[in-house]
Amino acid sequence: MKRLALLGMVAAALLSGSSAIAQTTLRIGLAEDPDILDPTLARTYVGRIVFAALCDKLFDIDDKLNLVPQLALSHETASDGKTVTIKLRSGVKFHDGEAMDAEAVKASLERHMTLQGSFRKPELAAVDKVEVADASTVRLLLKNPFSPLLAQLADRAGMILSPKAAKEAGDKFGLKPVCAGPFKFVERVQQDRIVLEKFPDYWNAANVHLDRVIFRPIVESTVRLANLKSGSLDLIERALATDLKEIKADPKLKLATQIEIGYQGLTLNLANGEAGKNGPFGKDPRVRLALETAIDRKALSDVVFNGEVLPGNQWVSPRSPYFQQKFPVPSRDVARAKKLLADAGMTTPIAVDFMVPNNPESRQAAEVIQAMAAEAGFDMKIRVTEFATSLKEAEEGRFQAFFIGWSGRIDPDGNSYIFHKCKAPQNNGHFCNAEVDQWLDDARKASKVEERKAIYEKVADKYLKEGAIIYLYHRLVIIAHTQRLESYVQLPDGLVRLVGVKLKP
Amino acid sequence: MLLFLGKRLLQLIPTLFFVSVIIFGLQQLLPGDPALAMAGEERDPDVLEQIRKQYRLDQPVYAQYLYWMGGVLSGDLGESMRLKESVLTLILQKFPVTLQLALMAIVISLAIGVTAGVISAVKKDTAIDYAVNLVSLWGISTPNFWLGIMLIFFFAVHLGWLPASGYVSPFEDFKLSMQTTILPAFVLGNSFAAVLMRHTRSAMLQAMTSDYVRTARAKGLAERVVILKHAMRNALTPVVTLGALELGTLLSGAVLTEQVFSIPGFGKLIVDSVFNRDYAVVQGVTLITATTYILLNLLADIAYVLINPRLRG
Repeated sequence: MKRLALLGMVAAALLSGSSAIAQTTLRIGLAEDPDILDPTLARTYVGRIVFAALCDKLFDIDDKLNLVPQLALSHETASDGKTVTIKLRSGVKFHDGEAMDAEAVKASLERHMTLQGSFRKPELAAVDKVEVADASTVRLLLKNPFSPLLAQLADRAGMILSPKAAKEAGDKFGLKPVCAGPFKFVERVQQDRIVLEKFPDYWNAANVHLDRVIFRPIVESTVRLANLKSGSLDLIERALATDLKEIKADPKLKLATQIEIGYQGLTLNLANGEAGKNGPFGKDPRVRLALETAIDRKALSDVVFNGEVLPGNQWVSPRSPYFQQKFPVPSRDVARAKKLLADAGMTTPIAVDFMVPNNPESRQAAEVIQAMAAEAGFDMKIRVTEFATSLKEAEEGRFQAFFIGWSGRIDPDGNSYIFHKCKAPQNNGHFCNAEVDQWLDDARKASKVEERKAIYEKVADKYLKEGAIIYLYHRLVIIAHTQRLESYVQLPDGLVRLVGVKLKP
Repeated sequence: MLLFLGKRLLQLIPTLFFVSVIIFGLQQLLPGDPALAMAGEERDPDVLEQIRKQYRLDQPVYAQYLYWMGGVLSGDLGESMRLKESVLTLILQKFPVTLQLALMAIVISLAIGVTAGVISAVKKDTAIDYAVNLVSLWGISTPNFWLGIMLIFFFAVHLGWLPASGYVSPFEDFKLSMQTTILPAFVLGNSFAAVLMRHTRSAMLQAMTSDYVRTARAKGLAERVVILKHAMRNALTPVVTLGALELGTLLSGAVLTEQVFSIPGFGKLIVDSVFNRDYAVVQGVTLITATTYILLNLLADIAYVLINPRLRG
C-alpha cells in the first residue's frame, strides 16, 4: 500500500506543473473551429476573429461603428456615387515581403469578385471595375451608387491578400494564408489550434506587444471557461450570459462586453410553401402583431439570460444611430393580443409549428415564448431541429415560426436588405412588398446617415407591422480574459483586436 | 494456407464494396443541404449554385458515387468542403491522436478492471467485494460527459495540476502529452474498467472452483501463486478478447469525451463533419474505420487458423 501511495505521488509530481510558455503568448479560446482561413472563401463568424489578427482590411470600425482607416488612408465618393477613390497607406508589406500597393488591392478585390465559390461576390456585386490610379490609389467604378460598400470593405471583402501567394496557392490559399495583418500564419492543426506569430514588418508594429497568438477551438462553453479559470487560456470569446456572475466573482478575470450588432428573433412564415400559405401568419397581419404583443421581452431577458441581453424590436439595436426612436420596444399586453386575434377572426388555440435550433439557450428562450404566447391563444409546438437541417427546412418553408438570429453587419443594409426584399436569399418568411423593395434600394443609393435613416423609417413603419420577423433582443458580446491582459477594447462586432494589447508576466 | 488467405482477401472486395455503398447511401438520407450548411449565413443563390457545381452536388447520386469511388480506388479520398484540406491528410492527422487515447484508455481500464475483478473474486462476499462492486456499478452508470467536466474542475481548476483540455503530441512534449491525455483516457477507461471488472470477477470465481486450482492448492503452493499463476491466467482469456473488441470501438473515436476535452481525434472530426454536412470527410473517415475493422477481423481469423489447423479446410 505504501508503495502504491509513493507511486501515486511520483505520478502526480510528473504530471503536475505547467510547461514553460513564453510570456507574450496569448492563448485564445474560440467557441468553434473556424472554416478555411481564406478571406474570399470564408463564411463563419469565428473565422473573422482569427482574421482580425491575420489580415488587415482597407477600413476598420471604431466603437461607434464609424469607419476608420486601416490599409486605406482615406476615401472619396464622386458626386454621382459611382466612383470611389481610395488612397492607400504606403510602405505596407505582406507577410511574404511583397508590397501592399494598388496592384495588390486590385488583385485581391478581383479575386473576391471572381474566384469560384467566393462568398464575397454578392458583397461586391455593385463593383463593376477596379482601376489602379497610381501605386497608392485605387478607383472602384460602381454599377450603381451603393453606400454600404465601404462597410463591406471594413470586413472580409476589404481584406487584402498577397497577390503572389494567392496566385500560387489558388483555392488552397487558406491552408497557408499570407496577408498584411499584425500576426503571420505559423501552423494550423484542424480542430486543435491555429498559431500566429508577430509580423515584425507590420505597418503598426510598434503597437504590437505580443509575440505569439494561439487560437484553440473549445466547443463546450463550460470547458472554455474552466480553461480560462485554470490559466490554460488567457481570453475566451462567447462566454455565456449565465456565467457572467461567476466570471465577475473571480478576481483573476476581467470582462469586456458590448451589445452585438446582430439580433435574435422569430421568423414567421407568411407565404413560403404549404406551411406558410395554410399557416396563421399569412392570413392577417394582426395575428403577427398579436404574437408580438403577447411576448414580454424584458421577462424573456430576465428569465433566460439573467437580464444580460438588450430587448429590441428592430434589425439594429437601440444603441445604433439607425434605431428608429419613433418605434420603441413594445410592452406586453395579453388582453390586446387576444383582441387582435378576435378582430382577425381567428379561433384559438392557434397551432404553430415552431422550429428551434438545438442549443440550450435557444431551447430555453423558445419555452418562455411558448408559455407567454399560450396566454394569448397560441399553441406553439416546439420542434427542436439540428442547425444544418433547420436551414434547409427554413429555405423550403417547412415551419411556421423559426427562432433564429443574425450575427449582424456594420451597415444597417446588411441586417435588412437580404431579409426584407422580395425573394431575397434570407427572406424565408416570403414577405414581399413593392414599396419596401423600393425604399431598400433608395437607402443603398443615399449616402448621408440622416437621409438613410429617414428612408429606413418608412421601411420600419411597414415591416414592424407586417413583416416576417419579430425582433426580440440583442445579445451581449461577452469576452472574458485574465487580469494580466491590459488595454483590451471590445467593439460591437465581437472580433478580438490585438493591436495595442499587452500581456503582463 | 495461401489458398485460405487468397479466398479471404477476395471476399474482402465485395464486403468493402457493400460497405462503401451503405456509407454513401446512408449519408444521402441525412436531412439538410451540404451547400446550404456550408454557406451558413452567406447563402446567396448564385454562390450556392457554384458550390453545388464545384462539388458535384447537382449530379445524380450514382454519378457522385462513381466519382468518389474512382478517387478512392486511386488513393484519393476527396477534399473537405469546409477546410479545403485533403481528407487523407485529415485522417493521418487525427489517427495518431485517437490511437494514443485508445491505447491509454485500454491500459487504464485493464489495470483497474482486472485488479478489481481479481480482488473482488478472491475476497468474495466480504466488505471489500461489496465495495468493489459498488464502485464498478458507479463506473458503469457515470456518464462520460459529466465525469469529464467534474475531473476538469477538480484537477485543472481547483488543484491546478493538469491542463483543462487540449492535446499535445508525445513526440512534441512527452510530459505535456501525458498531462493532456490522462483525464480523457481515464474517463474512457473508467466505464470499460467496470465492465472488465465484472467479467474478470465471474471468470475468476469459476476458475477458483476448478480442479486444476484445487490440484495446485493440494501441491502446497502459496495462495498468491495459485491465484496469479493458475487461476488468473485462465480467467484472463475472455477478458483479453473483450479488451481487443473495445480497442476497435475506441479507434473509431470517442465522440463525447473528445468533445469535452477538445481532443482533435476521429470522434471530433466526424461529428464536426456531420454537422457541417462535409460529406467527403464523413465518407472517408467511415470507410477507413470500416476497413480497419474488417482487416482486424481478418487478422483474427488468420490467427485462429494458425493456432488451429483444423479450420484450414
